[in-house]
Amino acid sequence: MEMLRDHNWMLSVGTFLPLLGVLLLLVVPKANEQLIKKVALLTSIATVAVGVWTLFRFDFGNAGTMQFVDEKTWIPLIKSSYYIGLDGISLPLYFLSMVITLLVVIYSLDHIPSPGNPKAFFSLMLVLQTGMAGTFIAQDLILFFVFFELVLLPMYFMIGVWGGENRQYASLKFFLYTMFGSALMLVAFLALFFKTGAESFAIPYLVENGGALAKNVQVWIFAGMFIGFAVKVPMFPFHTWLPDAHTQAPTQGSVILAAILLKLGTYGFVRIAIPVLPEAAKAWAPYIGALAVIGIIYGALGCLAQTDMKRLIAFSSVAHMGFVMLGISTLTSFGMTAAMFGMVAHGLITGMLFFVAGSVKERYHTLEIARLGGILKQMPHLGWILGFSCMASLGLPGLAGFWGEFPAILSAYSPAAGLNETAFRVYMVIAALGTVLAAAYLLWLFQRVAFGEPKPEFAGDGHGHDDHAFHDVNKFEWFAWTPLLIAILVFGVVPNLMFKVLDPAVQVVLTGFKG
Amino acid sequence: MIHSVFAAATEWVSPQIDYHALAPEIILAAGLCIVLLADLFLDESRKWILSSLAGFTLLGAMLPVLTLGLDESSVRSMFDGRYVIDEFSIVMKAMFLIAGYVVVLLSTKHVEEDEYWQGEYWFLLLSSILGMVMMTSSRDLISIFVALEFLSIPAYMLAAWRKRDIKSNEAGMKYFLLGVFASAVMLYGMSLLFGAANSTLLVDLGKSITATGGLSALHALGIVLVIVGFAFKVSAVPFHSWAPDTYEGAPSPITAFLSVASKAAGFVALLTLLLVAFPQASGVWQPFMWVLSALTMTVGNVIALRQTNIVRMMAYSSISQGGFVLMPLAVAGMTEVSASALRSVVVYMLVYAATNLGMFAVIIAVSRKTRSGEISSWGGLFSYAPGLAVLATIFLASLAGIPPLGGWIGKFTAFQSLLSSGTGWGYALALIGAVNSVIAFGYYGTIMREMWMKPVPDGDNTRVGIPGSLSLALAMTVVATLVLGVLPGVATHFGDIARITGAFGG
Repeated sequence: MEMLRDHNWMLSVGTFLPLLGVLLLLVVPKANEQLIKKVALLTSIATVAVGVWTLFRFDFGNAGTMQFVDEKTWIPLIKSSYYIGLDGISLPLYFLSMVITLLVVIYSLDHIPSPGNPKAFFSLMLVLQTGMAGTFIAQDLILFFVFFELVLLPMYFMIGVWGGENRQYASLKFFLYTMFGSALMLVAFLALFFKTGAESFAIPYLVENGGALAKNVQVWIFAGMFIGFAVKVPMFPFHTWLPDAHTQAPTQGSVILAAILLKLGTYGFVRIAIPVLPEAAKAWAPYIGALAVIGIIYGALGCLAQTDMKRLIAFSSVAHMGFVMLGISTLTSFGMTAAMFGMVAHGLITGMLFFVAGSVKERYHTLEIARLGGILKQMPHLGWILGFSCMASLGLPGLAGFWGEFPAILSAYSPAAGLNETAFRVYMVIAALGTVLAAAYLLWLFQRVAFGEPKPEFAGDGHGHDDHAFHDVNKFEWFAWTPLLIAILVFGVVPNLMFKVLDPAVQVVLTGFKG
Repeated sequence: MIHSVFAAATEWVSPQIDYHALAPEIILAAGLCIVLLADLFLDESRKWILSSLAGFTLLGAMLPVLTLGLDESSVRSMFDGRYVIDEFSIVMKAMFLIAGYVVVLLSTKHVEEDEYWQGEYWFLLLSSILGMVMMTSSRDLISIFVALEFLSIPAYMLAAWRKRDIKSNEAGMKYFLLGVFASAVMLYGMSLLFGAANSTLLVDLGKSITATGGLSALHALGIVLVIVGFAFKVSAVPFHSWAPDTYEGAPSPITAFLSVASKAAGFVALLTLLLVAFPQASGVWQPFMWVLSALTMTVGNVIALRQTNIVRMMAYSSISQGGFVLMPLAVAGMTEVSASALRSVVVYMLVYAATNLGMFAVIIAVSRKTRSGEISSWGGLFSYAPGLAVLATIFLASLAGIPPLGGWIGKFTAFQSLLSSGTGWGYALALIGAVNSVIAFGYYGTIMREMWMKPVPDGDNTRVGIPGSLSLALAMTVVATLVLGVLPGVATHFGDIARITGAFGG
């Protein structure tokens, strides 16, 4: 495999630039909020600029090869190195994490949640960005682990300090769940390291040597990784932290959580667990598929039972990640490419939905579906954006959500050789039913919230509450949302933009299954 | 009688003394005498000079440690191998001296503001550190015992330092009684070992096991009793009951000292005994260590969850951290693991020392304002002292083992050596450790929540005044915690196998 050593500094700069912003923020006095916002904004713009430059430099013809590879000694004693690289699987997620952070920063310029303190808020957000981007480029398990864990504390504080009423419970639950998962994951990483001869933690090395392990060893190591990643995804039955965390998190936290953090788990499966342990993946795939479809149905039913808009969107995440996991569990390039697409699409769409929910909450001071109504009348722009996102989320052809969901279901028709075809076809049917339920809960949500007349308590023009209560979408929101809306549409119409990047890389990931 | 003494005296030949190797101990001994003398001649208003003297003594003792460390020549062994200066002992000496220096920084204002005598405080502190420095080089039952008493007896007195405070009296008394009891048990074990080997030299002990064609009951009993004695020192469950009361009652800087330096000295002795004297007896101590480690981390953690006083919580936290340090010892008898177990213990202790001292520095700083040890008094710290809150968060996260802060590399190396054993026991203990590291966040998180998410009690938003010495201690510890976490190569370099074990086998 030919490594492209050109411009290998770019990934490091793109990943650690936000930390530079944090250092700058530390010296800005707390009271100077304007300057703090400027620093945060400029940092994230600069980060995205590096990201765009990376996009230009990326050799799309070779999306299956690791590019911008950089390898430096880091902890020689434990044979772990600072080894990073970017291929077609990492690229969309890496870039998405940068863009989402920028959009969230833009949104926050006007919406710092109570109790304020933008200095701390932006610092945490930028640390979070470093952790997320780093996870997607790490090619060494220990490096991956460090970045994977780096996101924990900032998110914990973001939920716990700036969250809703029940924030302390939610933040602790989030933390303990993920930490439990990652502790087992670390043990699994170490076991893998020793079983492959204690030579290296580099993922390419492990991919080469992991396949030779005895099947029962693989199955156990996979189990440890599975718990670590499944908590993060989250898969049923490890999902219970998610609705709480999402509901209590501030809008910004929810968006980042939905758009990027959940993907760390699925990405872990695609990048590490499956290629390194192919035999175990085959053994586990039917169970993962089963849990995935349970998640789809369970999430959908959960949605139908919710009375809170944000909680409903949170449960819809469980369902959507179920589709992603179903695609992955087929172990076919078709299913996995669909899953990767679904991850990005879910990031864009659900991120957008959480943005809208945040703005609704800000204006009505409630997300109680029964109390809302007639948003289309009061704020037509906001109402239509919500409608657009709901349509995208339920998988309407022509929008991005469709290309994640439909091929994932289809891929279950013919899973990889050696997997039980009947089981997967049953999964396929159940998952297809799940899309019907998805349409039901999203349309029902949209109908109850946006149609009809505004409820009497909010019927005025807003002057009764406070002055800008019912202003339609403002300029900060437009700036933050437009890129997402455009991306949802563009990827819906020309999905091949992303498929052609993903597919070659997925082929490489699955090489272990062909010979 | 006298005749025989003289007869012995004529045969006595002065042993070869390597003054360079002994320089740290000599400087410390001289320094503590100077402190004691200076105390006599200084009037009350100028007693602050004593703390500077103590600090300079420790820094002065660091110089020969550095030159010894840079000297690549072979291991320096004195008194027929009873006192050895090798890489391991140099690293640990440096750790004790620096930790001692940080404790001096923590104590400076604290001791000045108390109305008790200062001179003796510094004298006792330096004596205890001298005992620890000696412990790192002791390779003989007698010198280990002398070093242990040298470091313990001043520590008993320091724990009872605030003599008009009933809690401090309780602290000193409990620590003293249980400590002496542990010494007695250990001494009994040592006498059995001497009986079996006819020598107090650790290497000879090991040889006697192989020579007699296996492990005798005498050996086994002696080993177990000695380990029990040190289990008291490192407050391993079920020998931990003195620790919470002692930690709560002792002056805070002394609590920091006990939970870091005194504990580390216990581990140093344990390591030397297990790996130098009893490697052939691993069948006896490996299962023992396994149980001690699993119990210590689990019980320490679970009780810590219920604490409302921050020092008591840190006491249980330190018990449970001790369990993590013990983890690799449960498999250290296997020849291919012993090197990595040794490294792991050293790395863990280095990281733990930096982090725990830092956390105590924050506790001391905060209690200057709140005058309370209750965790609830930490409410809203982030809103009026964001710097301290962020520092405390860093230290707590490091104790919890969250990368990229120092603590994770300690836990990581411990897991690594457990798993490298490839045995079911190793894996089982690693899983217990993994679960425990999650439980631990339960109580570390409590403090974080209090600081970041709770309102300020009584709305008292006055700033926390931090004296300069405390700031320096905070800066030193936070830099160490961050550097060890992000570039663990620094720590693992000190814990490098080849450099350490070369001497250890001898």
